[in-house]
Amino acid sequence: MALLTAENVCFSYDKKGDVIKNVTLEVNEGEYIAVIGHNGSGKSTLAKLFNALLKPDEGTVTVDGFSSSDKKNLYEIRKRVGVVFQNPDNQLIASIVEDDVAFGPENLGVKREEIKERIDFALKAVGMEKYLKSTPSRLSGGQKQRIAIAGVLALKPKILVLDESTAMLDPQGRKEVLEVVKNLNKEQNVTVITITHYMEEVVDADRVYVIDGGKIEATGTPAEIFKDRALLERTGLELPLAAKIADKLISRGVPLKDGILTREQLAEALCAL
Amino acid sequence: MRIVTENLSYVYSEKSKELAVQALNNISLTIEEGEFFGIIGQTGSGKSTFVQHLNGLIKVGKDKGSIVIGDFNLTDKKCDFKSLRAKVGMVFQYPEYQLFAETVKDDVAFGIKNFFPALSEKETEEMVKTAITLVGLDYEIVKDKSPFDLSGGQKRRVAIAGVIVTRPEILVLDEPVAGLDPQGKREFTELLKNLHKTTVKTIVIVSHDMNFVSENCTRVAVFSHGELYAEGSPKEIFSDFTRLKELGLDLPVTAYLTEKLSETGIKVESDITTDGFSDAFAAAYIENKEKRRREE
Amino acid sequence: MRDIAFGQYYPAKSFVHNMDPRVKILLSIAYIVAVFLVAPFHYLGFAACLLFVIIATLFSKVPFLRILKSIKAVLFFVILSAVLQIFFNTNGNLLWSWGIIKITDEGLFNAGFIVARITLIVMGASLLTFTTTPVELADGIESLMYPLKFIKFPVHDFALVMSIALRFIPTLIEETDRIIKAQKARGADFESGNIFRRAKALIPVLIPLLISSLRRADELADAMDARCYSGSDKRTRYKKMKITYRDVLGFLVVAGLITGVVFLNKFYILITVL
Repeated sequence: MALLTAENVCFSYDKKGDVIKNVTLEVNEGEYIAVIGHNGSGKSTLAKLFNALLKPDEGTVTVDGFSSSDKKNLYEIRKRVGVVFQNPDNQLIASIVEDDVAFGPENLGVKREEIKERIDFALKAVGMEKYLKSTPSRLSGGQKQRIAIAGVLALKPKILVLDESTAMLDPQGRKEVLEVVKNLNKEQNVTVITITHYMEEVVDADRVYVIDGGKIEATGTPAEIFKDRALLERTGLELPLAAKIADKLISRGVPLKDGILTREQLAEALCAL
Repeated sequence: MRIVTENLSYVYSEKSKELAVQALNNISLTIEEGEFFGIIGQTGSGKSTFVQHLNGLIKVGKDKGSIVIGDFNLTDKKCDFKSLRAKVGMVFQYPEYQLFAETVKDDVAFGIKNFFPALSEKETEEMVKTAITLVGLDYEIVKDKSPFDLSGGQKRRVAIAGVIVTRPEILVLDEPVAGLDPQGKREFTELLKNLHKTTVKTIVIVSHDMNFVSENCTRVAVFSHGELYAEGSPKEIFSDFTRLKELGLDLPVTAYLTEKLSETGIKVESDITTDGFSDAFAAAYIENKEKRRREE
Repeated sequence: MRDIAFGQYYPAKSFVHNMDPRVKILLSIAYIVAVFLVAPFHYLGFAACLLFVIIATLFSKVPFLRILKSIKAVLFFVILSAVLQIFFNTNGNLLWSWGIIKITDEGLFNAGFIVARITLIVMGASLLTFTTTPVELADGIESLMYPLKFIKFPVHDFALVMSIALRFIPTLIEETDRIIKAQKARGADFESGNIFRRAKALIPVLIPLLISSLRRADELADAMDARCYSGSDKRTRYKKMKITYRDVLGFLVVAGLITGVVFLNKFYILITVL
């Protein structure tokens, strides 16, 4: 069975217009999933439905067998689905890195000795073990966001949800965070759901869900999604820049094959001509 | 108005030895009227400190160099900073967070009320209307709305309208597209180009997005550790691959491709915009093909 | 704005940093009591308190300049109290007068007394915040307030609110700085005009600040919920507070200080009697 499933989920904030309309999707253990859509498409609401910060009005969200509609499953779900939000400044609770990472395990009632182990593990996993005693306000955006990831990892989640976690970072910070997340997915087998509008972050995903107007508009591999130009146009998205340049070259008579998404692929194809 | 800075230096917390940070060191840079000028560099390289000098938000210290913008000598104690700020508009990162008034109209009018208090209500409204229309919003629809009821992209437009409403000749923007989605970014880029064509003479833009800079800027300055590392056309700046990487800066995709191609012995000369690169590569490819055919 | 030193933790490994936060809080209170115990005109008592702060600072590895800088934050308050004393205290011998303004020797003495008092208290209190992280501080206060639990006071929530408030101080200072600059760029003038005009000029800063604080609070609540915060009693503590020889030593020194101050008060009376 899938690790996380959403079945016919509907949700509205004010009972007027549905922000999420009849969404059905599933995420398997170890997958790297991207959810893309423009601002206001409902993708962040989806993130909150995944870890029971919001409850569906209709339909069900099930994580590891626990339905979020049942109130007593709340913490079982949040333990399993860690969410890292957009603004690094608004999700760090403590003024010292180790205290912040300890916050989650403390809430779960984990024993002191084990909290220490979890802090060490989590900070190491994001490459921030040297900053145990640092003050977050003196760290860079990318470092803060890595601490936020560590704070979530200390809950030992099975799924890591990144809700536009790189949107406020500079390119350097974005790179740091993406590397950490990819590593977690590969080496620790953490399932990753990244919610983003940066097309460059989508190309490495196993599968992509395109969301627009609260509905799942399409799903497939990155190559399949980016092949559908009409879909991108309709949903206010775009090709990764390398693919756009490939298009321009093709229209100027350069014979390139379809499906080029990254600049590395494009460089290779051009050099081989 | 031309911007001329000479040997500009700035130190944060100069009085305290342990906290002092040399944010700018001997920056001499001239930005001509009419340019679409890009400033790039890593976070903490001094870009933001530099641009905040341009409208006197950070004052030039004693013996810390000079700035002259048009007729304004910013080093002069008697410099009229208020008039300067009306001429040099400044848009900060996430400008929508500066909105405060009850209606969009009032918020946009804030600058006029401050800079030109003598203008009549009618003249003010006329200017507000022009500014809101320029940023691509419908004046009649948004004027009486609360700015907080608008979407993120619209809020940002209103904030920009609040800056361009005083018809500045120079518009300085610090990371203006941060947080926008692809469509928002595209529209915003169009808006900037349009402003540059119609109302604002010079645009100075601080950006982390190398692709944006290579595509749109006429000239680029690279900052590193508070120093002006290099300046030139995007083509010149982005052809120095290795040194840019040393500074921790990424290459635009076009420059990356040019580099990879040159490594395999293929020279592509272009202005490194996406169209320029595509044209140059396609031309080289076709020429090469012809040549090979003739040889056969 | 960035130069505000008061309340900012100064990271270091030192004797004082390693003391139990509960003990440090209690000792700080005891120290403040000692400062208040110094009777008027007993400057030796102040000297003893100053000596204590200097020694404690040496043991904390916090640069002395930082401690002095923290006075800057309350400088306005210090000067105001001094000025009020100097100009409006009409007791004692008249030294100088001009219209309704009368300067008396007692006024001057009182001004000096108040300045010394506030300065010493701020120095001691800032030493506490320099050597104790906000979290430790909150934990310490929570622990000290534990008895209040029996009258149903939400001790834990209170402590958490406090530590979060402290955590957000630098963030909000930065944000205020940015909004002020953005409005200045739009011609806002915060420096001229009378007090009402200036207060009105702050509206374009306060409203965005309020709105963004609400947004931050919202997002923070989500982030806390996402990390399984429930406010229940089952919560464990990572930081454990332990009383060590340092705390005992600190306790003895402060006890000595109070005795000294009391003794100096009596001693002085003895001198004046003689």
